[in-house]
Amino acid sequence: MRSTRKAAIVLLSTTLSIGMLAACSSNKPAKTASKDGKVKLTIVSLKPGSEKAAIDTFNEQVKQFEDANPNIDLVPKEYEWKATTFAAQLAGGTLPQVFTIPFTDGKTLIQRKQLADLTSQVKALPYSANFNPKVLDAAQDSSGNIYGIPYAAYGVGLQYNRTLFKQAGLDPDKPPTSWDEIRADAKLIAEKTGKAGYSEMTQNGTGGWMLTTLTYALGGRMEQSSGDKVTASLNNPQTKAALQKLHDMRWVDNSMGSNFLLDWGGINQAFAAGRIGMYMGGSDVYTSLVQQNKINPADYGLAALPLDSSSDAGILGGGTLAVVSAKASQAQKDAAVKWIDFYYMRKLTEQDAATLDAKTLADGKQPVGTPALPIFDKATLDKSNAWIASYINVPLAQMKSFTDGVFSQNLIAEPAKNTQELYGVLDPVVQAVLTNKNADIDKLLDKANSDVQTILDRS
Amino acid sequence: MKGIMSSLSTPPRKRVGPTSWVRGGGLSNLIFLLPTLVVFGVFSWYPIGRAVVMSLQQTNLVTAAQWVGLDNFRHVLTDPLLLTALRNTGYFALLALIFGYPIPLVLAVLMSEVRRARGLYSALAYLPVVVPPVVAVLLWKFFYDASPTGVFNTVLGWFGIGPYPWLQNESTAMPSLVLEATWAAAGGTVIIYLAALTAIPPELYDAASVDGASIWKKVWHVTLPQLRGVLLLTLILQLIGTSQVFLEPYLFTGGGPSNSTMTILLLIYNYAFGQSLGGDFGAATALSVMLAVVLGVLSAGYFRLTRSWAAS
Repeated sequence: MRSTRKAAIVLLSTTLSIGMLAACSSNKPAKTASKDGKVKLTIVSLKPGSEKAAIDTFNEQVKQFEDANPNIDLVPKEYEWKATTFAAQLAGGTLPQVFTIPFTDGKTLIQRKQLADLTSQVKALPYSANFNPKVLDAAQDSSGNIYGIPYAAYGVGLQYNRTLFKQAGLDPDKPPTSWDEIRADAKLIAEKTGKAGYSEMTQNGTGGWMLTTLTYALGGRMEQSSGDKVTASLNNPQTKAALQKLHDMRWVDNSMGSNFLLDWGGINQAFAAGRIGMYMGGSDVYTSLVQQNKINPADYGLAALPLDSSSDAGILGGGTLAVVSAKASQAQKDAAVKWIDFYYMRKLTEQDAATLDAKTLADGKQPVGTPALPIFDKATLDKSNAWIASYINVPLAQMKSFTDGVFSQNLIAEPAKNTQELYGVLDPVVQAVLTNKNADIDKLLDKANSDVQTILDRS
Repeated sequence: MKGIMSSLSTPPRKRVGPTSWVRGGGLSNLIFLLPTLVVFGVFSWYPIGRAVVMSLQQTNLVTAAQWVGLDNFRHVLTDPLLLTALRNTGYFALLALIFGYPIPLVLAVLMSEVRRARGLYSALAYLPVVVPPVVAVLLWKFFYDASPTGVFNTVLGWFGIGPYPWLQNESTAMPSLVLEATWAAAGGTVIIYLAALTAIPPELYDAASVDGASIWKKVWHVTLPQLRGVLLLTLILQLIGTSQVFLEPYLFTGGGPSNSTMTILLLIYNYAFGQSLGGDFGAATALSVMLAVVLGVLSAGYFRLTRSWAAS
């Protein structure tokens, strides 16, 4: 009986929420100033569930900014970008005015006129000419107007648990350097510790994201462009080989544990809890592992992702843009870029800001020095790392394999068109391979390919 | 001609003037009704009407909506996932009917036979209903851990059974969801049956006993016929409820593994909110409208078919 009531509530509330979102999303101009004449600006703070120390540290930075800019009133809101909630938040107008999005979504949001044009504000920044053009491209339209500021870039690496490596008799300072070694180590970890030797994300688009990463590592591509036409190429030999690797680790070696329904948050949680030996993840994930999952730093290791010898092989790279709602007023856009410059950018470009930020984070026992890829160029990144060297508290020695190897690796951007939809179509394929011993990889990929081609043609 | 005939055949309606309408209490009725009408209007009927309109539009709720006629319906009806979702929802409803429907009845009949501590049994049966559904699902996720050290697999291991993959396999995922859903929902139905059982006149059982009826015969010839009306009602409520299953697949599996627990409501949710940018609210509302129509027709047909049986 309760299920009836529950289901009725769900149907009604789905209908209601869609309807009410429609009602809420009127195009009223945002309220620009608060009563005291200050420019009021809502900004994203940290992810929900963050440690209190991290929140205190953030609030301290807000205070520093407000002290320096007495005419701006910042209102922080907790926020985590999630594929499942972002569309609703955007449609319902509940996102803060300054928010962050993955590179993946930049172009589409610009095309749909959902982001504010920040060209003049960004051009006024002293370092605007120094952005790595490949990185800034994620925030630009075809005429070169700028709609966001890239502030973090990552490359996918191999996350591994040093403690499980030791328990399996492996040397944690010598992480695997080929996919054959990953397979052998995963098998050993599973046999010796009973934990998952290797694990893979599979839900909410992350299955497709990581399958694309593995395809790139083997030299394949998910889409082929020719002029304006984009063709799906999901059934390429490298993706097939990638799925076959996963299939063999799962069904021949039985080294992938027993949970095959994991998303980004789920796999991080399981890894921090010591239930996973290795998985692929962004090089910046350590910060979240500390802030959200209280990982024991001694457990953590990060290695460069092994690549195939083919010249097309590379690591999937991405990053985060700080953007402003299209509904923001001119004064709010000015204030927003000031905040983005203060909170996200200055620590990359100015020594005083870098050390102040690092000190504030270190005092709050938050991670300082998590490996990142350059927003400007490697020299700038090295310089900013040198400024904060005395505050670095992340176990960099345990990430040496990654930081030594990544700069010689070919960095490849995510598939350009309908990226999230492509990832969504691939999720069930990865799940099928990991939960059905007899899954027909060729057939699954052919079907996924034609589904993605339909999506590409439709858009 | 037809108009004349009908005006002749029906008695003339008494015209009510505004004054007599007010004197007759019409105005005060309306004033008392007004808050309810406003609340329902604003929070229920307007969004429902808006959703129907949206099913004919293409909109991301940010930029201006475009009229697309029946395109959304066409898109949904040609989506290969719709068939998967229909099949899965039907499978869930069938399993829930086979296992979930009789269990509360059996429990209620057994509990009504208990002479002592009936309240305790009722409370125990009702307890799962008190647990918030999300908490219950998270709890069962632990139980369903597919490793040999998972709760269920450990217990079954004592008897040399398993381990089973539970949620991690295309063929066992849906039955696992039904098991939890039955556990979670049975208590509420048990209470309804218990209340209905107390309404059965004890004389009927006495008479049956005098005639030498066994317990089974009493249940078959007295209890079940007396519960007929309630049983029919809970059956249609269960059918409607299970056709709209959302919570379990959403929280347990997200529709996986490999879409094996993708249900209609989850598909609606995915259309609207599944893609970070592709909020296809038109397709979501189109499928919602179709589901509502199908369930409405099903319910009406069901009540028409069973009216005579329920009343007899």
